[in-house]
Amino acid sequence: MLSLLIFLPLVAAAALALTRQYADRLARWTWLLASLVEVALVALMWTRYVQTPVAGQRIAFETYQPWIPGVGSAYHVGVDGLSLPLLAMTTVVFAATAIYSLKQRDRPRSHAALFLALETTSLGLFAALDLIVFFVFFDLSIVAMYFVIAGWGHGEQARRSALKFFLYTFVGSLALLVGFIGLYVAADPHTFDIVALTAQAPLNGHGLAGGLVLAAVAIGLAVKTPTFPFHTWLPPAHTDASAAGSAVLAAVLLKMGTYGFVRIAMPMLPEAWRRYAMIFVIIGVVSVLYGALVAMAQSSFKRMIAYTSVNHMGYIVLAVGAAGLVAGSDAQARSVAVTGAMVQMVSHGLITAALFLLSGVLFERGGTYEMDAYGGLAGRAPKFAALTAVAAFGSLGIPGLSGFIAEFQILAGSLGSAPVPTALAVPGILITAALFLWALQRIFLGEEHQQLPNSHDVTSLELAAVTPLLVLSLIIGVFPRPLLDVLEPASRTVVELVSR
Amino acid sequence: MVTMNEDPLALVPELIMLFGAVVALMVGSFVRRSRQWATGSVAVAALSGSLIAALATAGNSDRTIYDSSYALDAGTTAARLIVPVAALLVLGLVGPRIRGNTRESEFYVLVLLASLGSVVLAGASDLLLLSVAYLLASIPLYALAGWARDSSSAEAALKLYLLGALLGVMMLLGVTVLYGVGGGATTYRALMDTLPVAPATALTMGVVAVLGGLLFKAGSVPAHFWVPDAIEGSTTAAAAFLTTVPKVGGLIATWRLLLIVPDDTVNWRVLIAVLAAASMTLGNFAAFTQTNPKRLLAYSTISQVGYLLMVVSVAGRSSNALPALLVYLGAYTVTNLGAFAVVAALPGRRHLRDYRGLARERPALAAVLLITLLGLVGTPPTGVFVGKLTIFAATWDGGFAWLVVVAATNTVASLYYYLRWLAPVFIGRPARRDERHVASVPASWSPSVVTAVIAAVASLAIGVGAGPLLDLAGTTMTR
Repeated sequence: MLSLLIFLPLVAAAALALTRQYADRLARWTWLLASLVEVALVALMWTRYVQTPVAGQRIAFETYQPWIPGVGSAYHVGVDGLSLPLLAMTTVVFAATAIYSLKQRDRPRSHAALFLALETTSLGLFAALDLIVFFVFFDLSIVAMYFVIAGWGHGEQARRSALKFFLYTFVGSLALLVGFIGLYVAADPHTFDIVALTAQAPLNGHGLAGGLVLAAVAIGLAVKTPTFPFHTWLPPAHTDASAAGSAVLAAVLLKMGTYGFVRIAMPMLPEAWRRYAMIFVIIGVVSVLYGALVAMAQSSFKRMIAYTSVNHMGYIVLAVGAAGLVAGSDAQARSVAVTGAMVQMVSHGLITAALFLLSGVLFERGGTYEMDAYGGLAGRAPKFAALTAVAAFGSLGIPGLSGFIAEFQILAGSLGSAPVPTALAVPGILITAALFLWALQRIFLGEEHQQLPNSHDVTSLELAAVTPLLVLSLIIGVFPRPLLDVLEPASRTVVELVSR
Repeated sequence: MVTMNEDPLALVPELIMLFGAVVALMVGSFVRRSRQWATGSVAVAALSGSLIAALATAGNSDRTIYDSSYALDAGTTAARLIVPVAALLVLGLVGPRIRGNTRESEFYVLVLLASLGSVVLAGASDLLLLSVAYLLASIPLYALAGWARDSSSAEAALKLYLLGALLGVMMLLGVTVLYGVGGGATTYRALMDTLPVAPATALTMGVVAVLGGLLFKAGSVPAHFWVPDAIEGSTTAAAAFLTTVPKVGGLIATWRLLLIVPDDTVNWRVLIAVLAAASMTLGNFAAFTQTNPKRLLAYSTISQVGYLLMVVSVAGRSSNALPALLVYLGAYTVTNLGAFAVVAALPGRRHLRDYRGLARERPALAAVLLITLLGLVGTPPTGVFVGKLTIFAATWDGGFAWLVVVAATNTVASLYYYLRWLAPVFIGRPARRDERHVASVPASWSPSVVTAVIAAVASLAIGVGAGPLLDLAGTTMTR
């Protein structure tokens, strides 16, 4: 069933790519249908998963098929409490972009095929229980995203941004591969299996070697996340990608980095992680503050959202770093931090996807992302203003939406083990609040600066694409229990593994 | 001499190629110019027959024949499989320039002889046989490089010949020295016992001299100077052959030779590791600024040899090392031939910018280029990725972690020039082209295009089916 979930989009993509006479309209609807089936599949998996008593720790829907037995690598996939919420978030975000892209006019067939292929790589990565499978999907997601940005981005500039994205994240992926090989060589017997490596923690007690392997893995993941100072590929990539491309890039692809910390770096290299946890805490805090401050200085709406991603990912890195500061803190608090980090991944996925899709709506109305070009848009487009406001409030972490649950847990969980850095990170929330309110003010309130060529309100299609994302964020914000029930046991396991 | 253990039947794959070459030469000398395709058919039949014979004997247990001068083991089997496949793909690239030419049949004969030379080079387990195989694998190549008989192919042939002759003589010198210090033995089995007690300086000299010849075949630093000009100057089919087939023989022979050299007296592991690092780095840096696709592939092949040599430096230390080498060789060969097939299918495009917008004009070729070039980088799930992964793992396992880091850094660097080629293919619209190009577009499914697609599919198939392949490739060589 899990393999069906992973490869169904790829099959649809292959069908789209290989049949030339596919009508454009049909291509768009095929994509939508496939992505809705994916959502249904994930929902079914979720219900089946929570019915079992020890949900969260257990690996369900496991498939093990030897692939390269010579080097101990297999097609090994499965679902546990860490991956299930991300799988669900991924399918929802892709379904939203599919709805949004129903109006796609530019080469819709290849566009749909590319996004479907990207969905396979994302789902495969989150379900992977083998480092090589993880790496394969990690790399292929970069290739697919490159074409999304280069092929459907804004103008000539998009090619350069796409190349920058590709080179940067590919460098990261090779660092990751070196780290993986290090883990493989250290393990006895040699293996790439995530479950086996997690059980062994092969580099515990190897001092420097563990640190070097962690450095390789962490650089690879930090580039993808991205954290300061590896974030420089992100703003141009987002600015020049299409709205759908940005939504997927921010919502899903960035999570590959943060998920890697929780899935690979922490459980497999616990000793090294504990020793260098403070570095991650500091990088997290710097990302939080730097991302927020730079976002505030932006005049482009889209670039601003891109930098808030750096800020939001910073909280995650702070939390996972704090979870490694074992001395002088209790396991309960650390597991709250990890749960917060996981909720933040889901929450950021939903809200930022919505924000990027809305920025696409804005671009279609005014032909620019410059916030000062707009003004008083709320009068003409009240529904658009309302949606953007909800998304912005969600992003700044207002209670009632998912962002609050996430950031509250992150800060509460980290305070015990890293009080000073956590206190330093708190102003980040304040800055984010200020910048979002300021942005809303510039776009929607005040005088209309100029006559926009086209300033009608959101269409029902755009509404249908964005609303589900925000509703889900609201549901998580008000009733977080179902999500936390899945996440919490898994977070506890991660914390236990780190303190080995 | 205990026994000669003569066994001609064990050499059927090689004999079929030899027989094919002789028949092709005869047929080519007697048929009319318009019917030279007959020689081509003979060549295809000989290569296919050799491949089938190799497949039929692939499972046999390892042994040596003819007084242990020729080994039948994983290395020889791999060469017997990879070389005919590569040669068949090369024959698929033979374009209108070669087809119908008065000397068409020469081309086929030379391909057959050079292929045979490469296989024998891989199997040779005796210094004298190694020298003979070197000549058999090299001399046809000189003619093949100069086949087109224009000024650039003359340059290609001359460079190849001068370096090949120089390093060949060096190799003979090295063989002589090893013969002397090895107590008058030439078989590897006998040298195994005598070399450890040989004087270190003479032994080092002899090994390095012989290595020079083998590295010339592999096209690695420091014997790489022939590569760029020979590849650019010769016909595309010959260039595709030069970058793939000789490597198979050269690298397997290097492996075989080094295993008999005691690594405590001659520290060849570090030597090979340094050469590997130099080869990949130099090839990459030189490829950065290339604008001619053939020249770019030429430098890329120098860097690829670096990755292959990595694992030679840990020969015998890890049970995964030999399968890694053989799978990488196979995957690299089909992937590289796929890239050359695209070049052959679009003969009018001599500059990277001519590939602008190819994805819209010729989506199949663009897809092949995507798979093969990203494959050469080592992107999953192509065969080269699995090869690279296993090579990295085996090299680290064998104690050269620094080399893995160098190789990973180089892989990143290599991305840059492969993308310089790939980016225009997918981005931008096709430029308005003059009639020169329109005239040179062959029919949409010419043999080169079919070959390109086959190579790309094979490259992916090796990646997906890597598990069984790695298992099938034996872990040791015999002597």
